[in-house]
Amino acid sequence: MRRLAWRPAELVHAAAETETARTLRLRVPDWPGHLAGQHVDVRLTAEDGYTAQRSYSVAGPADGDLIELTVETVQDGEVSPYLTEEMRVGDQVEIRGPVGGWFVWRPESRAPVLLVGGGSGIVPLMAMIRTRRQAGSRVPFRLLYSVRDPGRRYYAEELRRPEPGLDVSYLYTRSAPEGLSRPARRIMLDDLAEGGWPASFEPDCYVCGPTGFVEAAADLLLALGHAPERIRTERFGPTGG
Amino acid sequence: MSIISRGFRGRRRDDGGRVPPGQYLADDFPVLSAGPTPRVPLDRWEFAIDTEAEQTHRWSWEEFMALPAETPTVDIHCVTKWSKLDTTWEGVSLDVLFEDVETAAEYALVYSYGGYTTNLPLEDLLDGKAWIVHRFDGEELEPRHGGPARLIVPHLYFWKSAKWVRGIRLLNEDWPGFWETAGYHNYGDPWREQRYEGD
Ligand SMILES: Cc1cc2nc3c(=O)[nH]c(=O)nc-3n(C[C@H](O)[C@H](O)[C@H](O)COP(=O)(O)OP(=O)(O)OC[C@H]3O[C@@H](n4cnc5c(N)ncnc54)[C@H](O)[C@@H]3O)c2cc1C
Repeated sequence: MRRLAWRPAELVHAAAETETARTLRLRVPDWPGHLAGQHVDVRLTAEDGYTAQRSYSVAGPADGDLIELTVETVQDGEVSPYLTEEMRVGDQVEIRGPVGGWFVWRPESRAPVLLVGGGSGIVPLMAMIRTRRQAGSRVPFRLLYSVRDPGRRYYAEELRRPEPGLDVSYLYTRSAPEGLSRPARRIMLDDLAEGGWPASFEPDCYVCGPTGFVEAAADLLLALGHAPERIRTERFGPTGG
Repeated sequence: MSIISRGFRGRRRDDGGRVPPGQYLADDFPVLSAGPTPRVPLDRWEFAIDTEAEQTHRWSWEEFMALPAETPTVDIHCVTKWSKLDTTWEGVSLDVLFEDVETAAEYALVYSYGGYTTNLPLEDLLDGKAWIVHRFDGEELEPRHGGPARLIVPHLYFWKSAKWVRGIRLLNEDWPGFWETAGYHNYGDPWREQRYEGD
């Protein structure tokens, strides 16, 4: 078995996703490709040799040597502020991957899909949506996306465009836009009962976000009768949420 | 040939050499698992050791709680890069659980409520290296951290410390578990950064 190599990666494009998140396009020579939902490890090295590594989900299918990440700034974070604020086009990091063979969606799959994302947890789910589109899959997808307020939505333009077989619902936790009947609050049973699939459809459920969000959403899915083995979770970040 | 990230300075902390390479210190206690949190009622909980000769040693919750307990304080290291120093647990040493177990097996496959599995050499569970714990930081172990009881093997990456532990199967041959089959390293020594297959 060959060791997963660290590869140099160069920033070729970056754009603000929200006020606190940035999407980075990186060129990684000889990138082997990846599955929707997998992540990479990013390694930063300072001039004196000090290094730090973190994991980031890939946001879409590979485009030759290009991969895309979306990073949320964590206040006082060591790595994310570098990626979202400091790093400029032409700067380099090292990347290895792809990693993770469990939280993945394959376009051959026929089961309906329920995606439940909180905050930056949307990133691997977006990779699944984009992979479905690229593959021309007709598998029905539903996305429930929990964000603090409308300004925190990632990929808002792209998700606004109608896409056959993809339903998108937003769950606002702090402030909802005018005119929505659902008040701003954390995810509840009704949200999953209405915006998800009935358990009898046997959908594959992917839940990703901060720990507290994932715990709550996965428990609600169990309460609605979804089988534990159909609920895949990925937990980002601290217990606080 | 390391690539410098222009403008990256990093945040160094003096950890007295206790944090393995590639890890950072976490102040909170992150959670990582592959699916929903199983909830195991204590009256149905049991822990079992199955030997290669198909003998089973079983403990109910009451029997388990009657065993002599220890309160190890250890450093833990998760493959997702966080480490936590001086975590305090309460539970039963695997040495106690293995007292009456007769085995010549070299490998252990740990299995959990919820279907999770992880493998390690049996010797990595013995001689004061591992515990089945039911308390963290003086409190009952929360379900999200593996309660009612989890394995703790602090010298390996934390995915080996199976949550919601249900039993250990002793095997003559190594049998990769859940993450080990999904591309993670078979052994998982944090000091050698054995994160992924082939490291
Ligand atoms: C498999 C996997 C995939 C991931 N994918 C993504 C992704 O696509 N996009 C993304 O932005 N992040 C992602 N993360 C989280 C990412 O790896 C880092 O944890 C995050 O960027 C913070 O790193 P940092 O160095 O800036 O902060 P640190 O220096 O590690 O932390 C500083 C402080 O912030 C807290 N903190 C750490 N992480 C978070 C968080 N996520 N939210 C709030 N507070 C936090 C810490 O507890 C600490 O107190 C992923 C994590 C995993 C395990």
